[in-house]
Amino acid sequence: MINDQYYRRRFVISGIAVVVVLVYIIRLFYLQVIDQSTKDQADNNALVKQTIYPSRGLIYDRNGELLVFNQPIYEITMTMRDMGKEWDTTGFCKCLQISRAEFDERIAEIKDRKKNRGYSRWTPQVFMSQLKKEDIATLQEALFLYPGIQIQKRTLRDYTYKAAAHVLGSVGEVNQNDIDRDPYYTRGDYSGRDGLERTYEQQLRGEKGVEVLMRDSRGRMQGSYQNGELDKTAVAGTDLYTTLDIHLQMLAEELLAGKIGSAVAIEPKTGEILALVSNPSWNPKVLVGKERSKNYNALLKDKTKPLMNRATQAMYPPGSTFKTIQALVCLEEGGITPQTLYPCSGPGSSPIKCTHHHGSPVALDKAIEQSCNPYFWCAFRDVLQKDGYGKDNEDFRRRYEIWRNDVMSFGLGQKFTDSDISEQSSGSIPSTKYFDRCYGKTGWKAITIRSLSIGQGEILVTPLQLANQAATIANEGYYISPHLNKNDSMRIHRHNLAIQKKHFETVKDGMHRVMVYGTGRHHAVDSLHMAGKTGTAQNSHGRDHAIFIGFAPVEDPKIAVAVVVENAGFGATWAAPVASMMMEQYLTGTMKRKDLKQRIAGTVLNESVKKW
Amino acid sequence: MRASRNGNILQHVDWVTIGLFLALTIFGWLNIYGASYTFDQTSIFDFSNRAGKQFMWIIGSVVLGGILLLIDYKTYDVLAYVAYGAMVLLLLATPFLAHDIKGSLSWISLGPVSLQPAEFAKCIVALAVAKYMGRYDYKIRTWRDLIVPFALIGVPALIIMVLQKETGSALVFAAFLLVFYRQGMSGYVLWIGVAAVALFIISIRWGGLALPWGTGSVGILTCMLLLTSIEIYFICKEHKMRWQPLILTGSVIMIYAICLLVNIWVSVPFDWVSMGVVVALVIYNIFVSLYWRKYMLLIVAAFTLFCIGYTHACDFVFQKVLQPHQRIRIEVLLGMKEDPAGAGYNVNQARIAVGSGRFFGKGYLNGTQTKLQFVPEQDTDFIFCTVGEEWGFVGSFGVLLVYLLFILRLIEIAERQRNVSTQIYAYAVASIFLFHLTINVGMVLGLLPVIGIPLPFFSYGGSSLWGFTLLLFILLRLDAARMEQLR
Repeated sequence: MINDQYYRRRFVISGIAVVVVLVYIIRLFYLQVIDQSTKDQADNNALVKQTIYPSRGLIYDRNGELLVFNQPIYEITMTMRDMGKEWDTTGFCKCLQISRAEFDERIAEIKDRKKNRGYSRWTPQVFMSQLKKEDIATLQEALFLYPGIQIQKRTLRDYTYKAAAHVLGSVGEVNQNDIDRDPYYTRGDYSGRDGLERTYEQQLRGEKGVEVLMRDSRGRMQGSYQNGELDKTAVAGTDLYTTLDIHLQMLAEELLAGKIGSAVAIEPKTGEILALVSNPSWNPKVLVGKERSKNYNALLKDKTKPLMNRATQAMYPPGSTFKTIQALVCLEEGGITPQTLYPCSGPGSSPIKCTHHHGSPVALDKAIEQSCNPYFWCAFRDVLQKDGYGKDNEDFRRRYEIWRNDVMSFGLGQKFTDSDISEQSSGSIPSTKYFDRCYGKTGWKAITIRSLSIGQGEILVTPLQLANQAATIANEGYYISPHLNKNDSMRIHRHNLAIQKKHFETVKDGMHRVMVYGTGRHHAVDSLHMAGKTGTAQNSHGRDHAIFIGFAPVEDPKIAVAVVVENAGFGATWAAPVASMMMEQYLTGTMKRKDLKQRIAGTVLNESVKKW
Repeated sequence: MRASRNGNILQHVDWVTIGLFLALTIFGWLNIYGASYTFDQTSIFDFSNRAGKQFMWIIGSVVLGGILLLIDYKTYDVLAYVAYGAMVLLLLATPFLAHDIKGSLSWISLGPVSLQPAEFAKCIVALAVAKYMGRYDYKIRTWRDLIVPFALIGVPALIIMVLQKETGSALVFAAFLLVFYRQGMSGYVLWIGVAAVALFIISIRWGGLALPWGTGSVGILTCMLLLTSIEIYFICKEHKMRWQPLILTGSVIMIYAICLLVNIWVSVPFDWVSMGVVVALVIYNIFVSLYWRKYMLLIVAAFTLFCIGYTHACDFVFQKVLQPHQRIRIEVLLGMKEDPAGAGYNVNQARIAVGSGRFFGKGYLNGTQTKLQFVPEQDTDFIFCTVGEEWGFVGSFGVLLVYLLFILRLIEIAERQRNVSTQIYAYAVASIFLFHLTINVGMVLGLLPVIGIPLPFFSYGGSSLWGFTLLLFILLRLDAARMEQLR
């Protein structure tokens, strides 16, 4: 246009267009390139991750008997957002046979963000859990009437036998700690809390699967996302074959009824634990499902401490059973020979006295047979004093240290770290330092620690260690760390002792004599060629603990056993018969001594022991 | 004769614009298919879904475009006023014929389809305005010359806003301000518009925020300081005296300094002080303008006084005049309220959809937010979300760029006209498209309040597509005839 005085305004108008588009491009750049939050928000909008729970691995005993399996349970979840105004609460309550008040209370709980931190109207919230099939049957049929309600299948543990609660352990809901430590878990997941369930959690739990679904703006599911590319199928847990012989386990549990105590049986050649019993115990079914926390708290309050696995955690003075180790160590360290004689009384043996009447002096085999206290005190003393005391007690202390190492090589005074038993105590074989602290370096002599010679005093062992000790003697010089997984990989944990085989033969012979002529003779089954050693441990908690270790048959041991009955008195009276019956059961497959079984099983030594 | 003239038209038609038009329309159609795409989706040509229907509208639009090109260009000029009168009558009648769609009374049902007369009003108003302002004796000399043009756009705007309750469609007529500006309307009118928006936002957003010292609100004080600066600027501009800005600015600063000092002992009402300063400047301004006979300054003084009132009226307008849903949209935009489940839902979901597209987008028909219908109105007003989500930054950038080219091309066309009337019409077309683009995309990107107007060629809908086709192809017809018109 000619002479258009406003010609240049076209640039203003073009400029406005350019600026607008530029501003929008900058905004787009911010939203689509810089701001990272929208990606997650979009996924939260559209994607629902549904967890698929794998079935947990089953647990079998050594003969393939099913011990632990899964039972289906159901969980009702609700998504508040999908529950419209017309929602039929009354009908829903009727389906589940709950009252309106219970319903309202539960809803209030779900919505309370203090109790339920992850609450959202958009995601399914657990309304009721651990329901049986019959509880949800009515609802299942009418599910279409209740939008927002979902029934999810989970599994709970179930048990074939009411036995081996400590060994098997239990499964419970994970806590915040577990979630923080292992990203695999999320709130509401279950994991093994103790026992084998805990040790083999990784193997048993399998792998959760996930299904990524798309949800539209009205909350309706619209099929899988990206044709299921991100989905993962659940991988079922791997079954666990244990070393337990469930019938042996049950027999031992039956025999220990009404008493506080434990019994451990090991196959010496393999270190496989055949039975691991701690009493009082409970029916594993009580720690499952809805009742779990209630029952757990009750068990926790029980004064007899049933939750403690006494077989691996309780520590006792070994008493006379320790004489077998004493004999082996003294033979090896040159303190005695099988022919060495010690008098049973008189000044030489003072101040230790004998509790049994037998001829004197005695050699080693007879000393074991008769459990002669003075003999082992003298042998212990002679080993420790072999080099004299030396300057500053040096020579004596060195000898003690050697003795202690020999003793510990039986697996005492320490945990079996290469085992798969999760709850263990280490027991105690006092160190040189310990006595130095108590008496000063030069303040202690053989006589000071004389109680050790007969397994009293500061020595503490667990029943598991006792059984392992029996297995070591049966093996004549080695043991394989006791374990519960019947898997060859466990057999490599072999520990060889620096004690000559011939010494073991001597001691084994002594232990055989115990069962023929000695303290165990009343409970031996001659055809089974049992070997054993009784113990009666004095302790500060009341009556003596009855202890027995043994194995059979002597020539080719198939089973090694240790039994402890707390505050029961003589080992020969209460522990030996239990062990003897266990050996019979395992070796012959039956237990013929029904009367004995009835007598032992029927005797209540501790009134407060309760079977849960 | 006739054949050769048609040949001429094909030669002279602006094919660049037609190309851009087709590109935008077809890309828009693909995105409508994407936006309405669900899982049991039928073909893009299936008439039971919106993409299929839009295809029908597009065919219709191309046919309509062709017909428009064939009509004699003089027809548009001849019929402009008649069409305008008929259109006003139709707009008046619409609310009585219409049935209520989400509170709007702007749709007339014609059998299976509904039409929105307001979409066609833009084109007819543009023709009428072009005809009036294109007269050979018309020139914008005083404000009186703008009365008729303002009336021409004001009447339909008011009818649409008040009777049809379609605020968005009515606001589109504001685009004509750019046309008037190009034809000689003072640039201050645009600035007044900017100032009005700024004062409105400031007084609404910070009007309730108390000052940290003294009494008064941050919003009012900021508005008054703005007015103070405007006053000083104009007084100094008209006088061209070097010392005056210093003296005026200095005294204002002095006054505020004294107030701050006094405020240590006595609480100073800064609302009143700042208003007093502005009023004092206005009085000085009036005195000066009368003395020097610079009557322009009187207008500035009147404007300033008006602004003082306006600032205080904003709150009233906001609370009482605006509809509650409009108020809440503005509050959400200004970040005064967060309501992601209610009024802020659209905006928030739009932001998520666009943002989650990231740089390259999720791919055509792969947008989860789109497919799962998280953004309401995503095939009409919020169609740009689909572009953002499925085509990413690259695609959105491309679409905006094509739009910019399209609008710049329209301005180019406007500028090459020899006929003033055609030029005015061309600017009206360019401005209307620019306005739609600005409001619609600004809304989707969360920069402007939610105002329901379509994105030209993208949003689903026959009325809007045909309305824009009418607007565009009349221009192309007039442009093709530019050689024949010599005046």
